[in-house]
Amino acid sequence: MSEALRIVWIYPDLLSTYGDRGNLLILGRRAAIRGIPVETYSVRSDQPMPSTADIYLIGGGEDGPQALAAQRLINDGGLHRAVNQGAAVLAICAGYQLFGHSFFAKGAKCPGLGLLDLHSDRGETRAVGEIRGDIDPRLGLPPLSGFENHGGRTHLGPDVAPLARVTAGIGNDGQTEGAWHGKILGTYSHGPALARNPAIADLLLRWAIGADSLSPVDDTWADRLRAERLAAAGA
Amino acid sequence: MLKPDSRQLDVTSRSGTLVAVTDGKMPLRAKVATSVSKTAAALSRAAGRGDGSVIGGWIGLKIDPELLTHLAAGRAIALVSGTNGKTTTTRLAAAGLGVLGPVATNSFGANMPTGHTSALAKAGATPFAVLEVDEHYLARVIDETNPRVVALLNLSRDQLDRAKEVAMMAQMWRTALAGHPDVAVVANADDPMVVWAAQGASHITWFSAGQRWLDDSFVCPESGHPIERANGDWWCAGCPLRRPTAQWRVEDDGVVDPRGDWHLVKLQLPGTVNIGNAATALAVAAEFGVRPIEALPRLSTVASIAGRYAQVDRDGRNIRLLLAKNPASWLEAFDMAEQSPTLLSINARDPDGFDTSWLYDVDFSPLHDRPVLITGDRAYDLAVRLEVNGIAFRHVLSFEEAIRSVPMGRLEVIANYTAFQDIRAELDRVN
Repeated sequence: MSEALRIVWIYPDLLSTYGDRGNLLILGRRAAIRGIPVETYSVRSDQPMPSTADIYLIGGGEDGPQALAAQRLINDGGLHRAVNQGAAVLAICAGYQLFGHSFFAKGAKCPGLGLLDLHSDRGETRAVGEIRGDIDPRLGLPPLSGFENHGGRTHLGPDVAPLARVTAGIGNDGQTEGAWHGKILGTYSHGPALARNPAIADLLLRWAIGADSLSPVDDTWADRLRAERLAAAGA
Repeated sequence: MLKPDSRQLDVTSRSGTLVAVTDGKMPLRAKVATSVSKTAAALSRAAGRGDGSVIGGWIGLKIDPELLTHLAAGRAIALVSGTNGKTTTTRLAAAGLGVLGPVATNSFGANMPTGHTSALAKAGATPFAVLEVDEHYLARVIDETNPRVVALLNLSRDQLDRAKEVAMMAQMWRTALAGHPDVAVVANADDPMVVWAAQGASHITWFSAGQRWLDDSFVCPESGHPIERANGDWWCAGCPLRRPTAQWRVEDDGVVDPRGDWHLVKLQLPGTVNIGNAATALAVAAEFGVRPIEALPRLSTVASIAGRYAQVDRDGRNIRLLLAKNPASWLEAFDMAEQSPTLLSINARDPDGFDTSWLYDVDFSPLHDRPVLITGDRAYDLAVRLEVNGIAFRHVLSFEEAIRSVPMGRLEVIANYTAFQDIRAELDRVN
């Protein structure tokens, strides 16, 4: 392709509690290996959100920054325009929650972006540990592996599909994990989720460039990591 | 404000009566608990089950839940807390306070109340103590030990799968200190979270030891506005919170004291980070009336701390151990390490936290110019991380294999907590 693939990391100053930078690095590397030129943008919360990028990443964070990020994204409007124009999104943990209609932060119900048909509230216990799930077969991906750490529970509406059925861990509610709608993926598999799920990284790249497949990458180490963690989640 | 001379007199006059107070007024139950605690610690050491610094205190507290309070009564105590540097700073401060006489300290890094209890139980009549405190326990230990000084080093992300998030921790500290206005606080002016936490205290001495890790203080804990930074200064864009003027600061390879005098700091410990830790230790010692010129020769006697920075010669390799438990301390370890073959070892057991996401908060690129070996329970997480970072590496299955894989000369070992302990055990629990 002639133009570079543009990847935006949304508000790393607010939402980057758990190594979220990893997803930007992994997408950039996997694109580069395929010869796809990439430009990455870390957009801080005091900067306008561009609406013309191809992939948007939004990560985890504490309650205060989460509420602040949602408020700024609503006021800015750039992310809404990007999604309406078909941008791909990976939304993680706090970033996933704020894509819904509402979420809880610091004991108060906060308005979300409304870009995914879901809402989140507080669970009775904090979900911490390995998570594993079988991803929606329509996406054609191997099982999800991740580490979750959240106090929220997420309730899906009719306009989204669960990203996965939980086989270990909690996810949304102990049954389903994450959400999927169009080119938006949301997950509680936090931080550098793509490190353990390179197939999801490639899905985002394929969506962004409109390709059915990509040339293979040597994933020896990622495969070893996946095998180890999927087994650990079942233990 | 700091008045070293008057405080020195204060300590001297008080310390004369401390000995009698500590022994004489301890209730019988506390005396029994102290004795059993010391015996258990000795048994644990004799059995090779550890250094005894936790089990002794655990048993003592079972017999007398208020044992720590009883043991602390009448002593002049400094507590040292923060995410990073507390073990080293505690050791340096204890060395500095040694000018005044024997100092009780939990020098094995046993930094929860069981460890404090053990340290004081075996301290006898010593009137002085410097105790490292896990940041989660600071409020409780302040309540139980009624310290003279609390040193607050820094707050950053560490073991987030179970630790309190950074802002919550700062709030806990702030509340604890507000309830003890008589405590003298020695706090890091460079860390906005620490400054905010310390604000409630009435007697504060600020030190500047730099803040290498900024990612956890972009947002003002008071107002939620962005924290702006320029040339070592910082301020909130939306409220009056800003960097206070530091009375103690690092300058080149030395420390400037509140009077403006510069002191060369000669340490056996590597890195500019440890000059900062020395500045903090000097500020703590000054609260007890110890002047830098008195304390500095004692600081330079500290060679290694529970294996940290220790150097061991084996099979022609000079192995140096660096502990790195979280993103901020990895950056510090890279600053200390020489350009030599480097072994990285990562575990994710209970004391480490089960989550390895932090690996992506560390930029490993300083290692690109040296051979890198990886090992540990979570070597695969590290392998994927290094691949993304473009760092070539070799996976080894044991510490022995690592030693065999590198040429004669220095081998730097950087490991997180339990991985560090594993390697230390292979080196006969080097201190």
